[in-house]
Amino acid sequence: MSAINAGGITNSLTTGRLPRGTVWMVLIGSWILLGIVFVLVQLAGGTKTFNLVGALFLGTVLFDILIFAISYLVEGVRKAKDRLMTSLVATAFIIAILPLVSLVYTVVLNGLPRMIQPSFFTESMRNVLGSGGGALHAIIGTVEITAFAALISVPIGLLTSIYLVEYGRGALATTITFLVDVMTGIPSIVAGLFAYALFALITGDVGYRSGFGGSVALSVLMIPVVVRSSEEMLKLVPNELREASYALGVPKWLTVLKIVIPTSIAGITTGVTLAIARVIGETAPLLIVVGYTSSVNYNLFHDRMMSLSVFSYTQYAQQGANAADFLNRAWAAALTLILIVMALNLIARLVARIFSPKLGR
Amino acid sequence: MTTGTPGAIKAKMRMGDRVFSGSTIIAGAIILAVLAAVAVFLIAQSIPALVARPGQLPNAAPNFWVYVWPLVFGTIWAAAIALIFATPISIGVALFISHYAPRRVAQLLGYVIDLLAAVPSVVFGLWGIQVLAPAVQPFYAWLNTNVGWFPLFDGQVSGTGRTILTVAIVLAVMILPIMTAVCREVFLQTPRLHEEAALALGATRWEMIRTAVLPFGRPGVVSAAMLGLGRALGETMAVAMVLSPAVVVSFFVLTSQNPNTIASNIALQFPEAAGLGVNTLIASGLVLFVITFIVNAVARFVVNRRKAFSGAN
Repeated sequence: MSAINAGGITNSLTTGRLPRGTVWMVLIGSWILLGIVFVLVQLAGGTKTFNLVGALFLGTVLFDILIFAISYLVEGVRKAKDRLMTSLVATAFIIAILPLVSLVYTVVLNGLPRMIQPSFFTESMRNVLGSGGGALHAIIGTVEITAFAALISVPIGLLTSIYLVEYGRGALATTITFLVDVMTGIPSIVAGLFAYALFALITGDVGYRSGFGGSVALSVLMIPVVVRSSEEMLKLVPNELREASYALGVPKWLTVLKIVIPTSIAGITTGVTLAIARVIGETAPLLIVVGYTSSVNYNLFHDRMMSLSVFSYTQYAQQGANAADFLNRAWAAALTLILIVMALNLIARLVARIFSPKLGR
Repeated sequence: MTTGTPGAIKAKMRMGDRVFSGSTIIAGAIILAVLAAVAVFLIAQSIPALVARPGQLPNAAPNFWVYVWPLVFGTIWAAAIALIFATPISIGVALFISHYAPRRVAQLLGYVIDLLAAVPSVVFGLWGIQVLAPAVQPFYAWLNTNVGWFPLFDGQVSGTGRTILTVAIVLAVMILPIMTAVCREVFLQTPRLHEEAALALGATRWEMIRTAVLPFGRPGVVSAAMLGLGRALGETMAVAMVLSPAVVVSFFVLTSQNPNTIASNIALQFPEAAGLGVNTLIASGLVLFVITFIVNAVARFVVNRRKAFSGAN
């Protein structure tokens, strides 16, 4: 429509639009402006250090307002709204990323110096009151408790998902599906209370603490995750494979064992690994039913054990005379935990990528 | 498939089949048994607290309900504030990943957000108290002085930043990944034809999202919010470490007198509890279980209702 009266305009396609790069220039401009404002605030003594997060955040807000105003004047209200929403969506993303960056930065900065001291992996906290000591007892506890939880949950979870996909019809299957959903929502602390109540009743000892109780609590949290992910994976196996197997006269159970599970094993492994990654960092249930100790305890079925997450918490919560020693250990344990969880996540993704069967195309 | 011949051909029942299908049913039944056991054991252990006489309970509470009410209030209040923060941001991030960012970048960003979900809660607790609380305290003081007329910001401002608002921010960060994941899945399922039809009619990208994506995804957003709420209600360690608790029912979000949450109260009290104290804590855990059960059931109901009609597209 503007092409008719576009006499003096060189390119009618770009009339009524903001030139390229305007958005970025406005964004950087508003960041710089707010940066200057915060530098002035700092010089005036308003803040002790330069408030980078504040400058970035308020700069982005200023950008949102500016871009709406500029676009409204040049491009009209519809385009202006579109630009406003685009920048708001990007702002939301930046807000979501900020805590992650801050968290990773803090944990690495505070945890790394203590973690790379070899004693952290070779010593326990027995008879350690000040600096020194390590998380050996916590690492042993975490590995044992989590491994046993996986030992309980994987067979139950996998068999249940096979039941739901291959056998389950009618009321029982519907009930199990519903209850698995309910179990997904059980707060971790309630799982810990359950394990405690269970063992306190069985043993008659109200002060009951053991690593095995922790494994039971973690399996309550882990089973629904395993069921959900394995179920999704088993459903992905094409029915043609099952029918081809039946047509060759293979019984149903062998079809499941030799055809369905091998086809979906990569997905199932990924799901199990992610489930382990989810429960390995649990603190609350272990605090309740496993308790904490400063010595190495290899026996899962007797007495208190330490785990990395509880170690991190107790080092923070029960600081001794020199708080820095305890905080350093807490951060180092947190970093170790994050590294383990991230490694598990990476392994899960690698397994999924490398071993998944190439279906079709 | 029956072919119409009278008496369908029966397969021979094999031993292996019976054992295998039997064991899968047993595994399923174990799940039923576990949930029943959770309910039964929690109820059995909490009865002494429910029937306790005045003077026996902690905090000098006359009965269990008086004891648990500030905790229930704190749990719901903290989770509600967290939800108010997290909902718009997770919708924004989900839209950014599903409709704004380039495909390759979007996948990478999805991983980054998922990583946030993998961080253990005790690490969030450490971060919340060591980094976030000191960082926001000056801002709280400013809010309290200048916006104090707003009822929530009134009261004596906390000197440490360990308030329920800080807890809510930490909780919001923690529930963001799950909410984003659910929203993203739903937004990606929007029928391509609806989106292209809107664009073909001359809609801008935002108008396309408003008319095609958001109406389609609304039940998904609701269920994401409910799932996030369920997580926030049950979160323990981050709250236990960050909050400076008191036995109060207070809407002020900037003071150091904050209502505690059920989960955090259990984690803080349990290691030193004995006798009836243990029963009281277990009973409060039962209350938490019921609350999260209701929230999750509503979320599932919304999701399943959506499944019923999404096939029509």
